[in-house]
Amino acid sequence: MSALTVVYALLFYFAAAVLVLGVAYRVWLYARTPAPLKIPVTPAPLTPAGVVVRMAKEVVFFASLFRGNKWTWLFGWVFHFALLLVLLRHLRYFQEPVWTWVALIQPFGKYAAYAMVAGLIGLWARRFLVDRVRYISAPSDHLMLALLLAIALSGLAMKYFFHTDIVALKAFILGLLRFDLQPLPADGMLLVHLTLVALLMIIFPFSKLLHAPGLFFAPTRNQVDNPREKRHLAPWAAQLEAGGRQASTSS
Amino acid sequence: MADFEVPELKEELEIPPVHQGVTSHLKPFVADAQFQEPLGYPGELVENWQEVAINKMGELLGKYRSLRVFLDICVKCGACTDKCHYYLGTTDGNNMPVARQDLMRRVYRRYFTLGGKYFPKLVGAVDLTKEVLDQWYSYYHQCSQCRRCSVFCPYGIDTAEISMAAREILDSVGVGQKYCNEIIGKVIKIGNNLGLPQPALADTLEGLEEEVKMDTGVDVRFPLDEKGAEVLLVTPSADFFAEPHVDGLIGYAKVFHQAGISWTLSSYASEAANFGMFIGSYENMRRLALRIREAALDLGVKRIVFGECGHAWRVAYAFLNTLAGPFDFLDPKYPVPQHICEVTYDLIKRGALKLDPSANDHRRVTFHDSCNVARATRMGDFPGGQFVIPREILRSVCNHFYDMPPEAAYDATFCCGGGGGLLTDDLIELRVKGALPRMQALKHVVEEYGVTHLVAICAICKSQFTKVMPYYGFEMDQILSLHQLVGDALVFEAQA
Ligand code: SF4
Ligand code: SF4
Repeated sequence: MSALTVVYALLFYFAAAVLVLGVAYRVWLYARTPAPLKIPVTPAPLTPAGVVVRMAKEVVFFASLFRGNKWTWLFGWVFHFALLLVLLRHLRYFQEPVWTWVALIQPFGKYAAYAMVAGLIGLWARRFLVDRVRYISAPSDHLMLALLLAIALSGLAMKYFFHTDIVALKAFILGLLRFDLQPLPADGMLLVHLTLVALLMIIFPFSKLLHAPGLFFAPTRNQVDNPREKRHLAPWAAQLEAGGRQASTSS
Repeated sequence: MADFEVPELKEELEIPPVHQGVTSHLKPFVADAQFQEPLGYPGELVENWQEVAINKMGELLGKYRSLRVFLDICVKCGACTDKCHYYLGTTDGNNMPVARQDLMRRVYRRYFTLGGKYFPKLVGAVDLTKEVLDQWYSYYHQCSQCRRCSVFCPYGIDTAEISMAAREILDSVGVGQKYCNEIIGKVIKIGNNLGLPQPALADTLEGLEEEVKMDTGVDVRFPLDEKGAEVLLVTPSADFFAEPHVDGLIGYAKVFHQAGISWTLSSYASEAANFGMFIGSYENMRRLALRIREAALDLGVKRIVFGECGHAWRVAYAFLNTLAGPFDFLDPKYPVPQHICEVTYDLIKRGALKLDPSANDHRRVTFHDSCNVARATRMGDFPGGQFVIPREILRSVCNHFYDMPPEAAYDATFCCGGGGGLLTDDLIELRVKGALPRMQALKHVVEEYGVTHLVAICAICKSQFTKVMPYYGFEMDQILSLHQLVGDALVFEAQA
């Protein structure tokens, strides 16, 4: 086994562990922290089923962003859905045999890569061209876009210019999943692509990429509008209440 | 008339280019010890303030999911940047909602995240210095907690939650805001924001009875502390004195009179406003809310009804049950609490009020959706009732009603510019500038439909408009209470 294969195998095990444990920790923190008051932004749904619909509109259509800014919505939506398609397309490297629907979306996934690049360029351009967005952008905001763009471009470059042995690559990935290391093709562009992906996975739980899980925890969107019907009390507020009662009876 | 430049009303609302720090000089007076201590805060900046502030921030991060999640997940997409009336009116970059959040987020990153600990420059993390604290004091008092930014954010990030937390931290290190904290102290000591004691209140109400008798010949009562009444009315204390608020109070009294509902005010809980919310203090908010519970128990009422007030309705509708519930001692047939508009609307629907809308024919009106009512509460039993019910009432009592453009109404409504504990003369420049988007929409309906009056259901909005409308070429008496129109249209009939 070459040193390269071992290094990349370790890198991906490490990156996957950071991603999974890091996000799990964050989600645990969010879930554990109470929302002591009812603060849905209204008009809000009156039932849990309504909340599911509200959330689905946000997750699938970026409904609020659409109201907020059409250009950002366009670039953002195109980027995210292209990314989703591209990720699904990559599933073929992780399964044997490949599921039929994964095989069927392969051609679309190819175009999605272009859409993804276009979306990213649009989003990045706004950071330079719109003075308000420039004002609020930190270096990390630019670097995040650079990283995503580099991942997309290195992937495309492999597709068209620097072909790699994808059969061997798939064997490597399946090997990782089965804890049975197989050699990784030593192609420059592939190594760049993989390194950047691992970097993204490691950064994820420490960065604004937390918006993906975090979105589901926003009390402004995920609460049912029923404060008059149902009393809502956080554990720390209940404690305060109990303490208050004791204090007032003893005084 | 002003020692600052009043923004100009153009053809339509423009998104201005960003300027840096143009309103960094705006800050409300700081509370001194006599206003801080009764609320449980230090009287002046404590010596180890940095440590206290960071600890407080850690505590709040553990208590409020909103704060914890919102500080993590903003992607700096910029969708909120042009949504704040204070940004639109002042052009100061720090008044863009995300930039306002960033004042705290930068500190959060520095002390609570790995990225900020090891790569502060890269992620824009900063130490909590005195300069940063001063910036907080300034810009977290340039947010009216109106939640407009949250409506357009892909993740529902609510800058109001961040300002509330910031003010709580500021209070805990000893730099509170005089206006809010003095008022909260008055409610705790006397029962209302104005510091109006029972005898003065009784006097005022008696005066109102005489006034209505003179105007209409009808004996409309304004009861105070009457045990056994069906309804406890809790209304902002401005309703007892200020114009046009008091005309609203007269309207509520006429409605109760005509519907034959016995009601009372309480001198102990003579304030609907709850400024505890503005300073982000659960404890103080609860202290004020409990007075209402005590008054309801003491007077033995069956229902609690709130008068016209925006943030008061938020605390009442969304928080009262949490803070001072459960209200199982009240009549379960009615929601607790009810908004006066819900009461009036039900009566109109049941045909219990005889109304003559032509009594308001000399008025062509538009409606101002108050931010807290619009984006933080509901009326009635369906989503959006807070928009429908006041408009339905208006249409029943007035023949000429015209809506403002949809991008400035309903849940996209613009704040009056004086909400969130900023209704103080030391912030007049901010208040005038922040009113720009609302005034722009008003200008539109005035030119388009010949609108003569702006109708509101919030005490703060009413006071703010009275003060700032003249800066934009309107008259201060062009703002009316919704229930004034109801009262004027009401035809008194002998009760069966
Ligand atoms: S809209 Fe939301 S995510 Fe976008 S910059 Fe504003 S606060 Fe951040
Ligand atoms: S809550 Fe309102 S005042 Fe505060 S930042 Fe958002 S839009 Fe501006």
